[in-house]
Amino acid sequence: MTENEMTSNESTEPTPSTETAASSPDPSGDPLIDQSIDVEGTDANAGETGKPVIESRDLNVFYGETQALQGIDLAIPEKQVTAMIGPSGCGKSTFLRCINRMNDLIDAARVEGDLYFEGKNVYDADVDPVALRRRIGMVFQHPNPFPKSIYDNVAYGLRIQDQTEDIDDKVETALKRAALWDEVKDQLDKSALDLSGGQQQRLCIARAIAVDPDVILMDEPASALDPIATSKIEDLIEELAEEFTVVIVTHNMQQAARISDKTAVFLTGGELVEFDDTDKIFENPDSQRVEDYITGKFG
Amino acid sequence: MRDNTMSTETPGPNITSRPSGRAARERMYRYVLLLCAATSILVTVSIVVLLARDAITFFTLVNPVDFFTGTEFLISRNVYGLLPLLSGTLLVTVISAVIALPTGVAAAVYLSEYASDQMRSVLKPGLEILAGIPTVVYGIFALVYVTPFLQTIGLPVNTFNILSASIMVGIMIIPMVSSLSEDAMSAVPDSLRQAGYGMGATKFEVTTGVVVPAAASGIFSSFILALSRAIGETMIVVVAAGSRPRMLNLSDPLANLFQGYQPMTAAMVQINSADSVSQLGFTSLFAIGLTLFVITFLLNLLSNRIAARYREEYE
Repeated sequence: MTENEMTSNESTEPTPSTETAASSPDPSGDPLIDQSIDVEGTDANAGETGKPVIESRDLNVFYGETQALQGIDLAIPEKQVTAMIGPSGCGKSTFLRCINRMNDLIDAARVEGDLYFEGKNVYDADVDPVALRRRIGMVFQHPNPFPKSIYDNVAYGLRIQDQTEDIDDKVETALKRAALWDEVKDQLDKSALDLSGGQQQRLCIARAIAVDPDVILMDEPASALDPIATSKIEDLIEELAEEFTVVIVTHNMQQAARISDKTAVFLTGGELVEFDDTDKIFENPDSQRVEDYITGKFG
Repeated sequence: MRDNTMSTETPGPNITSRPSGRAARERMYRYVLLLCAATSILVTVSIVVLLARDAITFFTLVNPVDFFTGTEFLISRNVYGLLPLLSGTLLVTVISAVIALPTGVAAAVYLSEYASDQMRSVLKPGLEILAGIPTVVYGIFALVYVTPFLQTIGLPVNTFNILSASIMVGIMIIPMVSSLSEDAMSAVPDSLRQAGYGMGATKFEVTTGVVVPAAASGIFSSFILALSRAIGETMIVVVAAGSRPRMLNLSDPLANLFQGYQPMTAAMVQINSADSVSQLGFTSLFAIGLTLFVITFLLNLLSNRIAARYREEYE
């Protein structure tokens, strides 16, 4: 099925490159999305997947001489939770950081291949990573609120984007969507660092969604949290998928099984071994290596 | 010998023996180290005590109110008003702060956030060299190069003027600001920068909106340390700022910059090296010195308080 997707995607490939050459974002953007909807049409027959909002084609990443990702082809559906699992060093976080070009910040990192966000290759020369990251929010492994008040943390993204109208309302909405409002509504001026780890991570989620991005990337968002805080974050992620496309990296296979619609399994060496509906991956994977990994025989 | 007696009393592993003299030696090490640690405090305390004692002698002869509110300082006429000297000190501090604080922070931002490793390896030692230049050299530089330069660009500065002296004091304290501020910025965890970039902030937005505020306490205490250094700076103002105590002219603030002033430190040097000075004139040295000490001491105290209060536990 993965291969079917890939071949159908490849048929659209000439279109994006010609369209991006035209380099007028709005008119070129729409036909691309139409193309993507065609892809969804074929998918809809196979299962109930949303249209792909992020697609990588033959994506390779190198850190100096070391290859961290090998020819990744992956289409991430809209408004669903896509989980990336795999052993340490398998490249799942690297892939996540390719999507919003956070790898740009690492001097030694080199990316080859294509990664499309809504039909536009984010590695094209005319793409501004700053503008890209304003549409693709990120939540990190360890809660990293700014040493500012709770309010200022959530308002940060709005302010740097000059969305200075109705900040109060937007902050309140974001905190409510992040299931944190009831706990902090009376202490918005308090330092974010006084919150517990789980609250801090929900604050970071509120900070990411306050600017209303299209996609939220989460890099092991619950790995530094206790089980109760983790369960709150997991509930939240499922709710977020109603409005956002969520891509989550986790080393916790049960977590991936609980909260995701699609699962990508990366194995050592930066190879994407299988990508399919989460139920399929955990119940009846095609690859023996994936089955061995899932059942704990390896990894 | 003692071992034997001990072991006959307590059979079993020989862990109770203790060579005679070891305890005494250990005690001695402890006291020698304590003495070294205490020396600096002892010296400080005795300086303060001696300063205070002579200052008190002065204040028994000159009313402290007259001293602290007097607008004239003329030893030859036994007139001891602090305000003209304070004016000079204030001018040096303000002008050098205007020069050094923004420049120092900007240099720190560059070194911590923008510079490549190669650039940093050149610039940091460069700044440290700046910090190692004897201050008398700065003073002569102010007199011989900065003042003529200011005249060339059309400023009506006197030969001895507070502006060129203050410019050099400012340059002298830049490394202090930049080095301490850079330490504070480098200590900001990278996860905060990542958070900023992840939100779609530009490098400048991350620097000004995340890194600098997170390092604010360190930057602020670098300011205060640099200011107290400027207040205490002596050689540059002795050489370049003239030897005439003068009150601030509040009606024409700009004109102040072009005249010579005698800050507190320079006045102390002059009194100390004068050919003939009355006993009272000589003890005024200690009154000025004590005032100077109290000012810088309070500033350092403030700096410690700020650093302790705003020290963030990032992780």
